[in-house]
Amino acid sequence: MGKSFSGIRKDVSVVLCGSAGMGVQTVERLLVRIFKQAGYHVFATKEYMSRVRGGMNSVTIRVSSKPVQAEVDRIDVLIPLDKGAIEHVQRRLTGGTLILAEPDYLNDAVKEKCPRCMEVAFTEIAKAIGNKLYSNVVAVGVVGAIFGINPDLLTDFIRKRFSGKEQNVIDENVAAVEKGYEIGNELCEQHQIRMAIEPDSLVNDQILVNGVEAVGLGAIAGGCNFIGAYPMSPSTGLLTFLAKHAREFGIVVEQAEDEIAGVNMAIGAWYAGARAVASTSGGGFALMTEGVSLAGMMESPLVVHLAQRPGPATGLPTRTGQEDLNLALYAGHGEFPRAIFAPGNPQQAFDLTARAFNLAAQYQVPVFILTDQYFVDTYYNTPPFDASAVKVEHHFVETGQAYRRFEITENGISPRGIPGYGKGLVVADSDEHDEAGHITEDLDLRVRMVDKRLSKGRLLEEAVIEPTLWPNEDFKTLVLCWGSTLPIMQEAIAVFGRDDVSLLHFAQVFPLPIDLRQTLEQAETIICLEGNATGQFADLVELHTGISVDEFLLKYNGLNFTVEDVVASLEKMIG
Amino acid sequence: MDAKHYDMGEIDIAWCPGCGDFSILKVLKEALAELDVAPENLVMVSGIGQAAKIPHYLRCNVFNGLHGRSLPAAFAIQSSNPNLTVIAESGDGDMYGEGGNHFIHNIRRNPNMTNLVHNNMVYGLTKGQASPTSQRGFKTPVQVDGVLLEPFNPVAVAIALDASFVARVFIGDREHTKDVFKQAITHKGYALVDILQPCVSFNKVNTFQWFKDNTEKLPPDYDPTSRQQAFAQACRTCEDGKMPVGIFYTNLNKKPYHENIPVYQTDSSPLWQRYRNDNKLKELIERF
Repeated sequence: MGKSFSGIRKDVSVVLCGSAGMGVQTVERLLVRIFKQAGYHVFATKEYMSRVRGGMNSVTIRVSSKPVQAEVDRIDVLIPLDKGAIEHVQRRLTGGTLILAEPDYLNDAVKEKCPRCMEVAFTEIAKAIGNKLYSNVVAVGVVGAIFGINPDLLTDFIRKRFSGKEQNVIDENVAAVEKGYEIGNELCEQHQIRMAIEPDSLVNDQILVNGVEAVGLGAIAGGCNFIGAYPMSPSTGLLTFLAKHAREFGIVVEQAEDEIAGVNMAIGAWYAGARAVASTSGGGFALMTEGVSLAGMMESPLVVHLAQRPGPATGLPTRTGQEDLNLALYAGHGEFPRAIFAPGNPQQAFDLTARAFNLAAQYQVPVFILTDQYFVDTYYNTPPFDASAVKVEHHFVETGQAYRRFEITENGISPRGIPGYGKGLVVADSDEHDEAGHITEDLDLRVRMVDKRLSKGRLLEEAVIEPTLWPNEDFKTLVLCWGSTLPIMQEAIAVFGRDDVSLLHFAQVFPLPIDLRQTLEQAETIICLEGNATGQFADLVELHTGISVDEFLLKYNGLNFTVEDVVASLEKMIG
Repeated sequence: MDAKHYDMGEIDIAWCPGCGDFSILKVLKEALAELDVAPENLVMVSGIGQAAKIPHYLRCNVFNGLHGRSLPAAFAIQSSNPNLTVIAESGDGDMYGEGGNHFIHNIRRNPNMTNLVHNNMVYGLTKGQASPTSQRGFKTPVQVDGVLLEPFNPVAVAIALDASFVARVFIGDREHTKDVFKQAITHKGYALVDILQPCVSFNKVNTFQWFKDNTEKLPPDYDPTSRQQAFAQACRTCEDGKMPVGIFYTNLNKKPYHENIPVYQTDSSPLWQRYRNDNKLKELIERF
């Protein structure tokens, strides 16, 4: 028994694993909130199978004295909530992994690989208290004790959490957490497994949001008041988030019959002066592409949240990937400008989603927000978003009698009128049209209209969000990444520990910065990290700068990168 | 208001001479004028096809969107600003074929809008293929042995979905058509008017005379509030006699969509007039 395992720890990963319906989520929700309340930095993410019952799902929680924002492979504490759980995470177990398990979940092979397994009869204890369902709360108590959390905090938390229930249910849950705490303490005394983590007073004022909640809050901050969407994993969280807050914030929420309806609703809503978002995943977005093209032709603002998952077709519905960059980039027939954001953390998701609404309104173009399953399901403490820093920019005008929706102006942007505001008429057409909006086959006018629409693309280039260069301005190796991989890459570079390696993270992947070439030219070696098999972003960078990437770090098995993954690859490539 | 209020002046109209669309346009302008609908408060939404060009020939706000997709757009326009008069108007191919799924689900939503469908039982713009409402046996360059499929019965489908207003008219009877248009536009909720019309270029079977001979008005004592009766009338086709025209069904107990959602319960202003609630947003963020 290594002594190093006990005592003050900086960073512990706790993994909960079990089949769907066995309470993995319940334990996760309780533990994460308890850890945060205790003043610890906390991170959680999950991987799950595409089924409602059964299968095997796991949650990784990291608890730390410093901010943690990325997933690790390593498991320090495992709580299997089901028989098959240990096998499911086998690859991630080490000799140091502490396993707290029902006696019959542990076989000799496991005991040999992980000598630090402890038998805890969660179910028997729960039954003795009143119901085997309490076994999850017993587990919370055990973990609480191991982390040295104040027992009053635990019982208060549990009491509050179940406050809506009948008194005996509250009492029995409290009894379960107290019993768990007692057992945990006994284990600590016998085996030196206590893991005290230094709390950080900053955590108390921070919020705990996942990626999709950050997108949702950003949407409300951006003035979103309409969503038409068809449920599709992993994008559905935005629809449910806005539905939950519809009454409070005056949002029209309609579950569309399909994604085609969803995107056409969004465009119709913008036409009438609303600020609409459509939310979907790759397959649904494929259905939306004609609508995206309509937004291009009508010069309608449009915001689409595209939460990626592996394809083609149905692919791996509950897994993650970054495979739909090209889809978003080239969606829609014909030629028209667009902008694509890919936030790397909740703060960026909040800022960029809010910005998407303003940008769409200002330039009258479709704007896409690319997230992915890992991003939407991952959360950690972060400073509260400052909504007062975000203004809702309407960018529409009161029309006069002579109003022409597609008036050709110097910069290509026609003042956007909306029906019912002013004396003018707003005529929008999917056909090529004249300045008034009516159908035309005047082919000279056609050229002027194409040029007008495309000229907005140059304005979008000027409004680009610059990529983040981190941590050093001087570097020999530059790792390009985009979207959800930012925090993983940051921690990997820190762990790798060489000051000649920097990352360049793109929270906006289209258009790219005009001067990107200069930055890339400074690198001796360029590595591109992406969650796909073909290096779509690297292709885009090459198209834009003429510079090709030297090495690829690609992952497309449906899981996100972990810190260990990236460090191992960096060692192989440049170590 | 004078119907001339809706005139576009000298414009090039893409319809064939003698097309039933001209009469529909004229009757619609008259109906709108008699109802005093201001052009700037009217939004005409359409898809693609000959009928779908009608908004361009009438002075009003226009959303001429994608083929088959007018209803989701019209629904969103109406529910973003319930003060607008919204009419979704297109042909039988656009509404019942390409947009069939939206036709069904839009009825379920019961938005306060009028759905006018030009039904000439043939595709005009693509030059003469069968439409969803083409009668069995109708020969075309694609359906070379005649249409084999059951014709789509929009009136029966709408009644089956308990649409709150369901009517069919024949444009040959302009006064009747105008009266039904006016009732449809003033109806609070979704109103379908299936408009039988001849296509002079591509349908030599279902001609003006054919429609005249094969339609008859619903009986004068007909009660449109009985769904069962309405369904029985809707199931009468020209295969077994004459097709009824008139208002088949109304359900006045239904609230329109926007009255059912929280957004308009305490505030009737359109979404574009509203502001973000900064205090509530700050509170919400702090709750996380």
